[in-house]
Amino acid sequence: MTLPPVDGVTVVLALPAATAAVLTLLPGYRLSAALNVLSALVTLVAACSLLAWKPEPGPFILVDELNIVFIVLNTFVGFTTSVFSATYIAHELEIGRLTLVHLRFYHAMYQILLFAMNLALLANNIGLMWVAIELATLTTVLMVGIYRTHEAIEAAWKYFILGSVGIALALFGTILVYMAAQPVVGEGQDGMIWTVLMTRVSAFDPALLDVAFVFLLLGYGTKVGLAPLHAWLPDAHAEGPTPISAVLSGLLLNVALYAVLRFKLLLAANPAAIAPGPLMAVMGLASLVFAGLMLYRRDDIKRLFAYSSIEHMGIIAFAFGMGGPLANFAGLLHMTMHSLTKSAIFFTVGHIAQVKGTQKIAEIRGLTVTHPALGWCLVAGVVAIAGLPPLGIFMSEFLVVTSTFARAPLLAVVLVAGLLVAFGALLYHLTGFAFGEPKGSTAPVRASFVPILAHLGLVLAAGIWLPPPLVAWFQHVASLLR
Amino acid sequence: MHGLSFDVAHLLAGSLVLLSFMLLYQDRLYALLNVFALQASVLALSVAWQAYAQGAPHLYVTAAIALVFKAIVIPVALHRIVAKLGIHREVETVVGIGPTMLAGMALVALSLVVMLRAAAIADPLAREDVAFALSVVLLGLLMMITRQNAVSQVVGFMSLENGLILAAAGAKGMPLVVEISVAFSVLVAFIVIGVFLFRIRERFDTVDVEALDRFRGGRRR
Repeated sequence: MTLPPVDGVTVVLALPAATAAVLTLLPGYRLSAALNVLSALVTLVAACSLLAWKPEPGPFILVDELNIVFIVLNTFVGFTTSVFSATYIAHELEIGRLTLVHLRFYHAMYQILLFAMNLALLANNIGLMWVAIELATLTTVLMVGIYRTHEAIEAAWKYFILGSVGIALALFGTILVYMAAQPVVGEGQDGMIWTVLMTRVSAFDPALLDVAFVFLLLGYGTKVGLAPLHAWLPDAHAEGPTPISAVLSGLLLNVALYAVLRFKLLLAANPAAIAPGPLMAVMGLASLVFAGLMLYRRDDIKRLFAYSSIEHMGIIAFAFGMGGPLANFAGLLHMTMHSLTKSAIFFTVGHIAQVKGTQKIAEIRGLTVTHPALGWCLVAGVVAIAGLPPLGIFMSEFLVVTSTFARAPLLAVVLVAGLLVAFGALLYHLTGFAFGEPKGSTAPVRASFVPILAHLGLVLAAGIWLPPPLVAWFQHVASLLR
Repeated sequence: MHGLSFDVAHLLAGSLVLLSFMLLYQDRLYALLNVFALQASVLALSVAWQAYAQGAPHLYVTAAIALVFKAIVIPVALHRIVAKLGIHREVETVVGIGPTMLAGMALVALSLVVMLRAAAIADPLAREDVAFALSVVLLGLLMMITRQNAVSQVVGFMSLENGLILAAAGAKGMPLVVEISVAFSVLVAFIVIGVFLFRIRERFDTVDVEALDRFRGGRRR
């Protein structure tokens, strides 16, 4: 009897789960933070190995061209966030906002969250994917409430209730997909497996698929944070620990979007079903415009960037909803750039909020004078997220806009208006906290600049020059997405 | 035989919808919990009947889980939490009972119209089941929206999950993995809720509108 060979998939799934178990037992925070970083790094390496070697799809696990993009991005941001988290958490411990017991819990939850997200991305079974997304939701609920202030518990509760409703609607949609598949595929497990569903979907009953997609879009759309189902998102981002805000914005929203994309593909393969694109495009556009307007009157810096996440998820959903090779390419690129930029911004904001002792925008002024390094990182991050050249988001937004102008000029007008509204709001706030009258503590700060600079560097590089293999890879995925 | 099995399934699923309506108009917490326990027992019966009618023994497990956890353990635990924490015994509503019931009827009509048409090709038993299940889901959702205190929102959520299990049981041959996971996730969800309930002692405004009102009020002053 021989042991099964250790492949990338096993490591990507088993390592975070095993690390979580170890971290619940480890007492010291230095050791557990180091282990957290190390485990995330190995997971990243294993995920990259999947690029070179993909296992055959089994009944539960699937690695294909679409999800590999998400997995690599997921594990990369998971790793950099764990580096940031080590410094951030050390400070929280110093000022006594978290105790050692909380920290053990926090680290274990962090790894379980990574496990759940990887599982959701790798699942070949729509039921398994649902379970994984539910697990990810529950862990983030616990993390959002970890500070136990009244606001944090209220935010966690709101997130829990809205997230559960979303997840329940998604399960109903999943059951309907199975019911549509069952007469064609037969009873049992086959009716829930992606690879089987994809090959047989053209024979499914279209009416049932249509209703199923509405439920799935509403359900997983809640987790993506698309308007009008976004109410949980700003609170959850503002009240939890900042590494969690970074992971929520940078990763969990993508995972939910991935689920929507999978079902969109399923519907697109059935000629008689409704076109799923317009529904997504409308929700995306509504989120963009709504969040753009909401950006102006924010008084909490993390809440501000949470609304900016809603805006960008709106753009991405819109791009995928428009469909076609160019818009899909732009959507993929925008998703990658947004994950990198937004998590870099949250890293910076986390350090700023710690040194200033507040998240109120009115109290955070003149950062480029008081903390030049952090201040300029924030300027770079906001310039990137607002979509100014030469950074990566400018390029992806430009592609979304041009592809929309070519096909639906009226929608493009709304899109551009929304982008400009959000742009104005971000720059308006930026002038305040970067260049205003200096205010608050000027104490030196122990910050981890490596993850921030790595993310921003990648975004800048992507804006100037995209390597041809990457372009070819994304183009290939975009063509698969129809 | 087919006629009988169809009628019994119909009766049980229909009573679930009826019990969802009963949940809507309860104004005392203990009564609410009792009605919920009754609904969970009917769900267990309904799933057991499906197990018998479909000849799918694994569904008995789902029925047993529904009976033990949702009809007995959770209502008892919630009873104790309510007593221990001294939570208000009345159910506070955002919208009056009358409009809520009307909205409930509209939702049931909607789900019947949508599902009976969409699932036209599925076999009649599964079709009716899924139509009733959607009604239960939507009524649970309505209850969560129109209630203010945490316990009744939790009950709303669990009655919503009852609808999901009814749908899963009705879909012939759906793998066990999913049912167990549904039951399991309810359990996990409940632990989470329990943790929260212990921390939240007082009535808790979770409806977004409330927070918005407070926010606006602050600004005007």
